[in-house]
Amino acid sequence: MYQSFLIKYAEIAIKGKNRYIFEDALVRQIHRALKQVDGSFQVRRLQGRIYVDAKSEFDEDEVIGALSKVFGIVGICPVVLLEDEGFDKLAQEVTAYMDRVYPDKNITFKVHARRARKNYPMDSMELNAALGEKILEAFPEIRVDVHNPDVLLCVEIREEINLYSEEIKGPGGMPVGTNGKAMLLLSGGIDSPVAGYMIAKRGVSVDAVYFHAPPYTSERARQKVVDLAKIISRYTGDIHLHIVNFTDIQLYIYEQCPHEELTILMRRYMMRIAEHFAKENNCLGLVTGESIGQVASQTMQSLAATNAVCTMPVYRPLIGFDKNEIIGISEKIDAYETSILPFEDCCTIFVAKHPVTKPNLKAMERSEKRLSEKIDQLMETAIKTAEIVCVKAGEDE
Amino acid sequence: MEMEAYLDNAATTRCSARAAEIMMRLLTEDYGNPSSLHTMGARAENYIKEARKKIAKTIKAQEKEIIFTSGGTEANNMAVLGSVEANKRAGNHIITSAIEHASVEQPMRRLEEMGYHVTYLPVNAEGVISLDDLEAALDHETILVSIMQVNNEIGSIQPIKDAAALIRKKAPHALIHTDAIQSYGKIEVYPKSLDIDLLSVSGHKIHAPKGVGFLYVKEKTKIKPVLYGGGQQKGMRSGTENVPAIAALGEAAAMICASRKASAEHMYDLRRFFIREAALLDGVTIHGTQEKDFAPHIVSVSVDGVRSEVLLHALEEKGVYVSAGSACSSNKPSVSRTLKAIGMKESLLGSTVRFSFCEATTKEETDYAITCMREIIPFLRQYTRK
Repeated sequence: MYQSFLIKYAEIAIKGKNRYIFEDALVRQIHRALKQVDGSFQVRRLQGRIYVDAKSEFDEDEVIGALSKVFGIVGICPVVLLEDEGFDKLAQEVTAYMDRVYPDKNITFKVHARRARKNYPMDSMELNAALGEKILEAFPEIRVDVHNPDVLLCVEIREEINLYSEEIKGPGGMPVGTNGKAMLLLSGGIDSPVAGYMIAKRGVSVDAVYFHAPPYTSERARQKVVDLAKIISRYTGDIHLHIVNFTDIQLYIYEQCPHEELTILMRRYMMRIAEHFAKENNCLGLVTGESIGQVASQTMQSLAATNAVCTMPVYRPLIGFDKNEIIGISEKIDAYETSILPFEDCCTIFVAKHPVTKPNLKAMERSEKRLSEKIDQLMETAIKTAEIVCVKAGEDE
Repeated sequence: MEMEAYLDNAATTRCSARAAEIMMRLLTEDYGNPSSLHTMGARAENYIKEARKKIAKTIKAQEKEIIFTSGGTEANNMAVLGSVEANKRAGNHIITSAIEHASVEQPMRRLEEMGYHVTYLPVNAEGVISLDDLEAALDHETILVSIMQVNNEIGSIQPIKDAAALIRKKAPHALIHTDAIQSYGKIEVYPKSLDIDLLSVSGHKIHAPKGVGFLYVKEKTKIKPVLYGGGQQKGMRSGTENVPAIAALGEAAAMICASRKASAEHMYDLRRFFIREAALLDGVTIHGTQEKDFAPHIVSVSVDGVRSEVLLHALEEKGVYVSAGSACSSNKPSVSRTLKAIGMKESLLGSTVRFSFCEATTKEETDYAITCMREIIPFLRQYTRK
């Protein structure tokens, strides 16, 4: 029934002279999202608004589903666009609209007209009254409620007349691509995909690095991470996923260092490798799914010890979130079912029964001295042999 | 990669070329519905008759005693649920073993929920039930006894014939079912001489395609169907017959049973050798003996201090494919009931892998697997969770 969608955005409209950058990015992201939907669409910018016009048959739920994953959008309104052919014709269209969209007339409504085109002969108040009357005439059961209507019928007089009464909430945030790029440390767990989603919400593009440890971790664990990257790419756009074989580094630390320190030391080397790839890919920071105190390696002391090896900023969008809040977002973005598949990830293989929770930076550095003989070589090999998978948004779906 | 050795034949086997060829022909040429009245239908029906004839012969049964199913799971479900449903007025007690496959065990759990009383017979360290336990459990309320012939995880063989004799004496109303999914084509499986009423077989364990199997139902045995519909297979199993897979199953069954004795000898040779060599490795425990009181194709091996998944993936890197515990349940890390039931040490429960052969497995492949284990196990044993 609808041929167009009116896209509402908020935060980016106030960015002053940079506004066009944000709008361009938003249009790009809308195009990207619509590529995953059957049908052909046109994206138009008109007087500070964005319209998506369908040029073929399409599935409304599918379009709304795709658009509601585009950061920067605060609302999606299925809209009927009309030529201005005088008030009588408009009144006809408006009553027809109400009849189609609300077959059950036992509702209350309010007309909310806006005259953006000032040469229109009636002003907003007059339009409200006149159209309301026409609707009441057409449907005797329907009632007006100006304070708390079931249906708020918006009639906007612009170049074209916009008729809409529904607004589907968008994800908010800012369009991806407006705030640089970051390297996400992606594991197979619940948190890191959510962290990727959160950073992308602020307009940041995302690449990712995953550490695996065959034969301790399996092909299925690797596939699970690729699948998770695919899920968040619906929000972030394409992700270059760097898959690093961490086995030899891990075993070397295991051989040389105190067992309780294994996890922290591993994470320090992971951060170093991630930073290497971040620099190589022009990223401006690292992103992790850490949240204070969640596990031994995420206490303030542990975070400090891991953080100490990074020269880049490390962003931790989940830092103040409880597990349940993270799970809530994970479910919302459809990552949860995949995240909880039970494959071992490389952090848990040799995890000590009582890992250090308050690591001392000096002690960590001392421990790392024991690795001096081979670690540079091992790091180099890990970096050189990393496999890069380009995870394309919406592919294989 | 120098070599590959697929040693996971108890999980599934490669479909034989002849079975695949027949299947292809039936999918694309003789694709009629066996219930259709025209020639195409009649031709399709003939393939089913032919397959039924071949299969009946392999177990010395009558053609009408074979019901085709979607595989072993359906055959087991039908045997357990269908026989209890048909005989519920005769009593409410069921006996099974503690080491059955999930496709028998889970229907049993369901029956328990419905109010039936189920006795799970324990097994000894070799994975075999005790006839004394069985005798003690049998009573006049017993309506079904379901005991597998060969266990899928450790290869132990149950004394079905002796058990059946006991059941007939002590619980005359009870039906006897045997899950023969791992034994068919490997050891002797003749329901009449075993004196049992129901017997399940799966196609893909014997080089037929996945998605087909059969249930032997002794003439005049009362069981209820589990699927209702168009009344195919005399109403016992509604649904258009999977003709291509059924024809392929007939072919594969005839082939595997024709060479069963020689194949078993070959696999026993491989098994003896494999066990002897593997047992020499540090930290390795073999479950079961080298003798013929075990199935010819299954070897269960525990490696102390090495998690089964890690060993599995390390072997996989060398092209050797095995299972961790039972393949059907390996997607959720749960402790194997079978391994627990044989009283395996707690520390070995998560460290057990299964090697399984078929008649096409070569000495070269088992040699290679042993060589790989010799190399991998000492390395993996250095790195353990502390």
